[in-house]
Amino acid sequence: MNTRLRLYGLAASLFIAPAWCTDIDPDRERYLTNLVIHDCGSCHGTRLNGGLGPPLTTHALEKYTVEWIELVILNGQNGTAMPPWRDLLSTNDAAWLARALKSGEIE
Amino acid sequence: MITKWPKLVPFVVSVLTFVSVLSAEAIAEIRGSGDLGLVVERTDGAVKILETSTNRFLSRVEGLGDLSHASVVYSRDQRYAFVFGRDGGLTRVDMLKGEISQRILQAGNSIGGAISQDGRLVAVSNYTPGGVRVFDSETLELIADIPATYNDGQSSKVVGLVDAPGNRFVFSLWDAGEIWIADMSAPNAPEVTRFQNVGVNPYDALITSDGRYYIAGLFGEDGLALLDLWHPEQGVRRIIPGYGKGSQKLPVYKMPHLEGWAIAGNHAFVPAVGAHQVLVIDMNSWSEAGRIEVKGQPIFVMAQPDGRRIWVNFALPDNDTIQVIDTESLEVIASIQPGTGVLHMEFEPRGEEVWMSVRDLNQVQIYNTQNIEQIATLPASKPSGIFFTARAHRTGL
Repeated sequence: MNTRLRLYGLAASLFIAPAWCTDIDPDRERYLTNLVIHDCGSCHGTRLNGGLGPPLTTHALEKYTVEWIELVILNGQNGTAMPPWRDLLSTNDAAWLARALKSGEIE
Repeated sequence: MITKWPKLVPFVVSVLTFVSVLSAEAIAEIRGSGDLGLVVERTDGAVKILETSTNRFLSRVEGLGDLSHASVVYSRDQRYAFVFGRDGGLTRVDMLKGEISQRILQAGNSIGGAISQDGRLVAVSNYTPGGVRVFDSETLELIADIPATYNDGQSSKVVGLVDAPGNRFVFSLWDAGEIWIADMSAPNAPEVTRFQNVGVNPYDALITSDGRYYIAGLFGEDGLALLDLWHPEQGVRRIIPGYGKGSQKLPVYKMPHLEGWAIAGNHAFVPAVGAHQVLVIDMNSWSEAGRIEVKGQPIFVMAQPDGRRIWVNFALPDNDTIQVIDTESLEVIASIQPGTGVLHMEFEPRGEEVWMSVRDLNQVQIYNTQNIEQIATLPASKPSGIFFTARAHRTGL
């Protein structure tokens, strides 16, 4: 029962996520774009071509879903240098970032 | 007679003008380069050439490619800067002419470099393909290729590349957990000594200014890896092994740097990883001598040239702040907020002023180190690293 509820929750949040993305404040978009280029860029390259961290170009992200990217942003990746960003970024932020990276909006 | 004088005046004036133009050019041609430096404008692929005697920019050089995380070393005559770009670009910039003298793309993705003790070789450490490539510092022709292969053919990203006495380069292999010494006595045939199992994911390294100790920070575990280059036969040993034990580490939003070696007396100061602390190391025993609580996670921990104070910048979300530590009392004596994205600092060679890049304000700010007051602000587009030509004569920089 619990599992099923959780699944419904997950499904619902995935359904709602795109609506949040389009609602994000333009100032916040600019802030996040700057963050990706300059702060994520310190590991992933300011042109997102990779460095100590892997590249984040649309081509490099082809094999990942937006939801997966969002989760990696929020939770980091164990065993790598990728930190969890949830203390600094909201789920809205992460959803917008994941979509923007995947679609190539930030490049 | 008298009436003829006015006719001569234009001639005399033009001769005088000609002479003064000539001498101005002559002066420009023979100026020194010891007070020069450059600021990286990383998103523009440009550098601004600066002069510290009058705190101004002299010129701007474009066309250096992707300068994410770019770093710079200088020729021993302090005329040429070697700029290492992320895209594998190696650019030789003529500081006096304010132009590129040569530029090559030597790899797919690179992280930094070093110049040899004799000044003839420039080495670049690469992520893709991993390894180190060595070039002639005059011509940028490839002299040697040192692939960082381990485990039968895997290639490692290389970090923490420095020069060392004996015309050697020392570097660390992020993926392999190794430290290598490349002896360049025969430049075409480097002799490599490998030290394995030095620790998980060495992320950066430094060499003491006397060229004796090479120390790599470990991202994947506690402690630091120490190699005594006077006694390489003793191998790499782990120091500060208990560091970080028993405490929950914070997310690391940015890798600390170990460039430079903040030393005062017997104490060395290094950034803690995943903690709001600067670590104090006793250099006699190579053990922990204390921890200084600071505002955020330190990125650069840099000593003034006189060793009296340590200046620290931080990772997100505290990257708008600089804290200054007194090396006698080990206390934070000042906190200033230059602005969001204080990425790098560079002290003038004798330490009276410090330059810092403030990325999000598009500014380079200059502070008096005595009273910690801002004395000048210069415009620069998304400035990151600042490098003065005085580095030319310092081992490891």
